Amino acid sequence: MKKESKMWRDNLRGIFYIALKDLRTYYLKGSAVSWGIVFPITWILAFYLRNPQDFKELVPGLIAMTILFSTTATETVVINFELRLGSLERLLLAPISIASVLLGKVLGGVIFGFLMTTVVTIGSMIMLGLHPNVLYLILIIIPSLFVFSSLGALLCLMVREIFEAQTLLNFPRFLMVFLSGVVYPVSKMPTALQYVAYVLPLSYTVDGLQLSFSGGLSKMVYFYTLILFGFFILFIFPAVKLLHKKFE
Amino acid sequence: MNKDTIIQISDLTKRYGEILAVDHINFEVNKGEVFGFLGPNGAGKTTTIRMLTGLSNPTDGKASILGFDISSQIVQIKKRIGVVPEISNLYDDLTAFGNLLFMAQLYGVPSRERKKKAEELLKIFRLYERKDSLFRTFSRGMKRALTIAAALIHNPEVLFLDEPTIGLDVVASRSLRNLISNLRRQGITVFLTTHYLEEADLLCDRVAILVKGKILAIDTPESLKAKTDKNSLEEVFMKITGLEPEVLAIEKGK
Repeated sequence: MKKESKMWRDNLRGIFYIALKDLRTYYLKGSAVSWGIVFPITWILAFYLRNPQDFKELVPGLIAMTILFSTTATETVVINFELRLGSLERLLLAPISIASVLLGKVLGGVIFGFLMTTVVTIGSMIMLGLHPNVLYLILIIIPSLFVFSSLGALLCLMVREIFEAQTLLNFPRFLMVFLSGVVYPVSKMPTALQYVAYVLPLSYTVDGLQLSFSGGLSKMVYFYTLILFGFFILFIFPAVKLLHKKFE
Repeated sequence: MNKDTIIQISDLTKRYGEILAVDHINFEVNKGEVFGFLGPNGAGKTTTIRMLTGLSNPTDGKASILGFDISSQIVQIKKRIGVVPEISNLYDDLTAFGNLLFMAQLYGVPSRERKKKAEELLKIFRLYERKDSLFRTFSRGMKRALTIAAALIHNPEVLFLDEPTIGLDVVASRSLRNLISNLRRQGITVFLTTHYLEEADLLCDRVAILVKGKILAIDTPESLKAKTDKNSLEEVFMKITGLEPEVLAIEKGK
């Protein structure tokens, strides 16, 4: 029992320090921060200029997009870059589990995504005078960050090169942007596309965020949190397997 | 297994599809020994190190380090070993000090000792003056030195060095050899792979010669020289690996 708790402690310590190192060496650099901030601001401006009256309705979609892009953009580069340099191998030599190494990488993306999403969310709230349910926001944003960060990890481990990872990632990213209710409500889509929408994790993020901003109470938010947690499990397990396979 | 045995390997095998990279090898490494693992390219040296350090699972056979089994107790092993891979793979965007501190954090060195230990290693490796320089700005020799320092941050009992002097100039190689001798004096067991047979002759207490995944000979360099009636480990290596006739033919061709 004591040995197991020590192992857990070692793994948690590893996860924390890997995430911290990644934030220092990759994420909190000008280029990553500017990409994380500039990208959602550009989208916000584009949508605002197109239709200032209905802009409030687009806020959940914009926050969802910030979560998606901020977690996945740098993460894929980081993992493939370290695989190529051999520094990921160094992490695997440390006395922690292989899952902890990957969770450390995922957590780096989650923290970065959280910072970017917080800026966009608070900015939108102040500028548009919105009063969302903060508990709901947390229940949707946090698991979503884990989902998309682990999706980024999974996809980049499926390929060899950084550019291949970016290309592969663009497919689910843009599919989700157009089919998950970011710009066009899922309920107004043809039935077949609605089915597609509900196998995409971003749909639950957008729906959950819409409920958070609607002002009412809804048990569906808790249900979405569980679904998002399920997606995280669905992505992280094969990602760990793939990482292990890379070093076989 | 006697009480001085640190690494014990029995029938260790690694197969990649049809290719038998490591073929049922058996040997032991004793406490405080500098053990050389020699062989031509593709002999299976790095594959063996990868299995012993938990980066790759054996297809068959067993191995233990410090009494811990590599298949079921790899985390226990990782806590007690240091590994210097063939490539100096620390972080370009961290300073020398930052790299060592990160490794100390990762290996669970107590927080009050981390800074002291990192500074101590930087001094030993003569990198203290450059402690705030980024790893990317270092010369190849300095990178190698820092990579070894990083592998020693948690006071390992066994150090795996995969081609430690590859690509280093004469001065850097010599300084590294002195360092390995110092580690032996401190009682650290060193498992070393190298292409440089002169280096192995100078440093190693015992060597194993590996060809196509099989160990063809294992003994002290002196015994191997005596048994094969050769003057240098290089000649021993040529004879044992069967490369001697090829070399003679090339020389005759001159």
